[in-house]
Amino acid sequence: MTAPTSDHTTSPNSEGSTSAVRAVDLWKVYGESDQTTVNALAGVSAELEKGRFTAIMGPSGSGKSTFMHCLAGLDRATSGQVWIGDSKVSGLGDRGLTKLRRDKVGFIFQQFNLLPTLTAKENILLPLDIAGRKPDKEWLDRVITTVGLADRLGHVPAQLSGGQQQRVACARALVTRPDVIFADEPTGNLDSKSSTEVLKFLRLSVDDFGQTIVMVTHDPRAASYADRIIFLADGTVQAELNDPTEERVFDQMKHLDSVHLDAVNSPAASATDPGAEPSSEPSSVTASTSVKEA
Amino acid sequence: MLRATLKSLLARKLRLILSGFAVVLGVMAVASALILGSTLNKSVDGLFGDIYDSIDVQVKGKTFVDAESQGGISVSQPIPAGLVEQLRSIDDAETVTGEVVEDGARVVGTDGKVITSNGPPRLGESWAGEDEQTQLREGRGPQAANEVAINVPLAQTGDFSVGDNIDVLTREPKKPFTVVGIYGVSDSKASFGGETSVSFTEPVAQQLMLGEEGVYSVISLTAKDGVDQQQLRDQVANAVGDNYIVQTGEQASEEEADSLQGFVSLFQNVLLGFAAVALFVGIFLILNTFSIIVAQRTKELALFRAMGASRGQVIRSVMLEAIVVGLIASTLGFAAGIGIAKALLTLLGNQNGGAELFDGAFTIPVSAVIASYLVGVIVTLIAALVPALRASRIPPVAALRDAELTQRPLTRLTIIGAVPAVLGIGCILLTLFGDAPVVVLLVGVLLVFIGVAMLAPAITRPVVNAIGWLLSWSLPGKLGRRNAARNPRRTAITASALMIGLALVTGVSVVASSLTATIERLVEQDIKAQLFVAADSVGGGPLVTFDPAVAEQTRKLPGVTAVAEIYGDLAEVKGQPQFITAVDPNQSAEVSDITALSGRLDDLGPGRVLIDDGFATSNNLEVGEEFEIATTRGGPRDYTVAAVYEKTEVSRGTIMSVADAKQYFGRSAPFQAAIVVGDDGSVSTVKKQVTKLLEDNPEVSVQNQDEVVKQASGQIDQFLLILYVLLGLAIVIAVLGIINTLALSILERTRELGLLRAVGLSRRKTRWMITTESIVISVFGSLLGMAVGCGLGALVVTALEDEGFSELAFPWARLALFLALAVIVGLLAAIIPAFRASRVNVLRAIAYE
Repeated sequence: MTAPTSDHTTSPNSEGSTSAVRAVDLWKVYGESDQTTVNALAGVSAELEKGRFTAIMGPSGSGKSTFMHCLAGLDRATSGQVWIGDSKVSGLGDRGLTKLRRDKVGFIFQQFNLLPTLTAKENILLPLDIAGRKPDKEWLDRVITTVGLADRLGHVPAQLSGGQQQRVACARALVTRPDVIFADEPTGNLDSKSSTEVLKFLRLSVDDFGQTIVMVTHDPRAASYADRIIFLADGTVQAELNDPTEERVFDQMKHLDSVHLDAVNSPAASATDPGAEPSSEPSSVTASTSVKEA
Repeated sequence: MLRATLKSLLARKLRLILSGFAVVLGVMAVASALILGSTLNKSVDGLFGDIYDSIDVQVKGKTFVDAESQGGISVSQPIPAGLVEQLRSIDDAETVTGEVVEDGARVVGTDGKVITSNGPPRLGESWAGEDEQTQLREGRGPQAANEVAINVPLAQTGDFSVGDNIDVLTREPKKPFTVVGIYGVSDSKASFGGETSVSFTEPVAQQLMLGEEGVYSVISLTAKDGVDQQQLRDQVANAVGDNYIVQTGEQASEEEADSLQGFVSLFQNVLLGFAAVALFVGIFLILNTFSIIVAQRTKELALFRAMGASRGQVIRSVMLEAIVVGLIASTLGFAAGIGIAKALLTLLGNQNGGAELFDGAFTIPVSAVIASYLVGVIVTLIAALVPALRASRIPPVAALRDAELTQRPLTRLTIIGAVPAVLGIGCILLTLFGDAPVVVLLVGVLLVFIGVAMLAPAITRPVVNAIGWLLSWSLPGKLGRRNAARNPRRTAITASALMIGLALVTGVSVVASSLTATIERLVEQDIKAQLFVAADSVGGGPLVTFDPAVAEQTRKLPGVTAVAEIYGDLAEVKGQPQFITAVDPNQSAEVSDITALSGRLDDLGPGRVLIDDGFATSNNLEVGEEFEIATTRGGPRDYTVAAVYEKTEVSRGTIMSVADAKQYFGRSAPFQAAIVVGDDGSVSTVKKQVTKLLEDNPEVSVQNQDEVVKQASGQIDQFLLILYVLLGLAIVIAVLGIINTLALSILERTRELGLLRAVGLSRRKTRWMITTESIVISVFGSLLGMAVGCGLGALVVTALEDEGFSELAFPWARLALFLALAVIVGLLAAIIPAFRASRVNVLRAIAYE
């Protein structure tokens, strides 16, 4: 645990890999008896590249939040594996996960989750404080300048607007230079102007700092800032979209809705029994291509 | 992390105050007990230092029985006057003075009652003229046998002045004297420590205080210049031989201080005991507060975890909060403790007419400071441990979700809780019916409390529903009831804090009511006497007597069939301290059934004793055999067993002859009598006649059965009252706990309250909803406490059956009163939380995060 270099099980193709986060055949099953089981994730596999901005989209109950929680090591998948960089997340104990969160992962929440008693600057420095590290002055200044809060550092959250609060949260996620930042509906609580500010900033940190970001959202406009979108429904990857525009996202969603409705209406396509259902096999690429062609 | 914790703590000052208040009260009790103890010790040191200031060597007779450690008064053997002459021949001695100084000169006040004391002695002394420690303020010293001088405290409490006639009881019955002088220790000091003093001429003092002329209590010597105390002491010791105790002034001062300090430390330990109860209850309050705080901070703590904080860091953050709360609360508690100690000292000083005793003695020992902080911080840390561990188990994902309160099942807690409960009962049984030391009993009671507190959540729902059913005739009542049952752990812990105080109160009440019932049975059924002569107040202490001639005269009254007057002495029987009595067996046989198993009761006479069969068996004694009894005045002597009698509730212990008692007991007169009125006599007429006969015996009165029972239960109630007051602290803390829980629960349910208000629940109904919850919790805790208390009390009474507890009685009326008080407590505890709940801003509550 004290070794500075990663001693976790490395993924077989880790050498020169460009994936920041990798999920293989993730299942998350709730409930115990056969009648009450719900598959929040039904065999999801995905590879998220380094230095890119990936959005995960899907309707409520699609499993997108569960997917992100499992990727970030916040929740345990029932089966399947997750790698962040070279580290295997699945199977880590509490200490390993704590270290992972300290070193490799940053979070941005829908509710901002700033400590109301700390100033903006103290909130930004909180992760370093927790890890007992000194901030890298140059990097800190750069992050603060980029989020545009240099003149608000002494304010407490209550004195900041929603957008400003979320930008503080962004700076807090960036300050440790994590391998990947997970953002959970970061614009869900913001008006459109503030949303734009935050999204532009996220885009900027990918483009300028080479930061990897994974964002869960149901807002097509927010998703359009990403390099790539993964669409989830009923716990499986339904489609993928690269370099999206807002219109293309809308189209894709409309299409997904109709497919989803068909699936729900047709008794044969019940998603609760994935073992007997060929369409829900973990084959994201085929699924996405087929949808794209349609 | 440190900064974040401290800042979050500061932002919730109210919470800090609420959770710390229990510690403040507990530490206050600890600090005041320790300060009081050390101040009393210091003033005792000073007191005897002053008294022995002008004495270099003191000679006194040996004591036969160490009565002082049993709450009695030790009596030294008188010293013959010839020894004074003998010691005058020692060259190094400057002065040699024989003095009479004895406790037991009781002066009759203007109201006809004896002036009592609650601690300092009532001295009878020989007048030896003015000296360094006796300064006349008015009049002169006594010159005739019927003259006395009295000291300032006595003149003040009795409102006596020079020329007044006063009556004084000594070893002899009441005698009249004329006050010719009033003296103090010095011009500025009235007495050493609030003692009263009557000075007679020397022969009168010898006769009245020591029983014969030509003897002294002590001989005091001063050394010539250049001779040190030890040197003179050795010379004196050589001269008087082994029969006397010879001490330097310093040794005597220390010895006397030590014996008093024994009482001081006992007093201090009792206070500390109650402080411990208060702190123990405080643990529950703090535990609950921290648990609720942790539940409310779930999101914040989860955020820490998501940011990479380890479990250890979360635990440390909660514990840090506990340390801060503990430190602040200890500081406040310590300050309050100083105030309480000062107030109590003023009270004590005023009561004994010796306020100057504590002047300059007020000390705050370092140990009190250390103990206060240690206790305050440790108690808080212990209480915070469970919540801290719970906090560390909050998953980071809770930062992303609206924390849903998952109810963990109670099965595990219930099973674990049964362990301390069973162990505790085991410990209690082991002490009561086996011979484990008292500590085991205390540990047992503690374990039972912990066990019951852990088992309580399992019964919370059904019990709370049953209690709440009575209040659920309205919608707010129904809601309040459901809220109380909503989080069984929280309700149970809050109720458990109240349970502890009430269990102790109920326990002692059960023992007390059983004692009263036992006395009632003794007086009304087992003893055939209709009238009793006995001390009419507790203040009389171990000195109360009456003239035996009254018993003789009573026997001659028409209608009286028997009068059994009883003498008593704290003696050592075969080396063990035991209260022995002396009575005429013929008279006492009329009063109660006493059956000789072997030998004849009539054979009791000088040098002979009656013993009960229990004592005979355990000591293997038979009629005609001898064993040693040391009486206070007579010293160790061998006595022959005249008869062995059957031990009953009334007749028990070693009984001596009246002739021996008059000669050898500390008190040469009887202290109690039982009068049997025959069928041809009238109890009320005899009572009037005996009252008249007792005119000159102001310490006792004649009482009928009802009065005896009433007086006994009155004394028991007085004792109970003191216990109630001391345990009140624990109950106050428990009530704070209810307020605290309600306040924090309301904070947690702000949104829900807003919703209820939004759909039309009125302010008044909102208040009633909170009040219902409060009453339900309070009644639940009280019922739990009363159940546990009745159990503990019944166990103690059963175990003491051999000691004479023949009746087990539950104080139903008092229990009903407790229950009524619990409802009132619930009402009071709800006032502030209910007010706050009713003021919730509807709009903000719904938008509340």
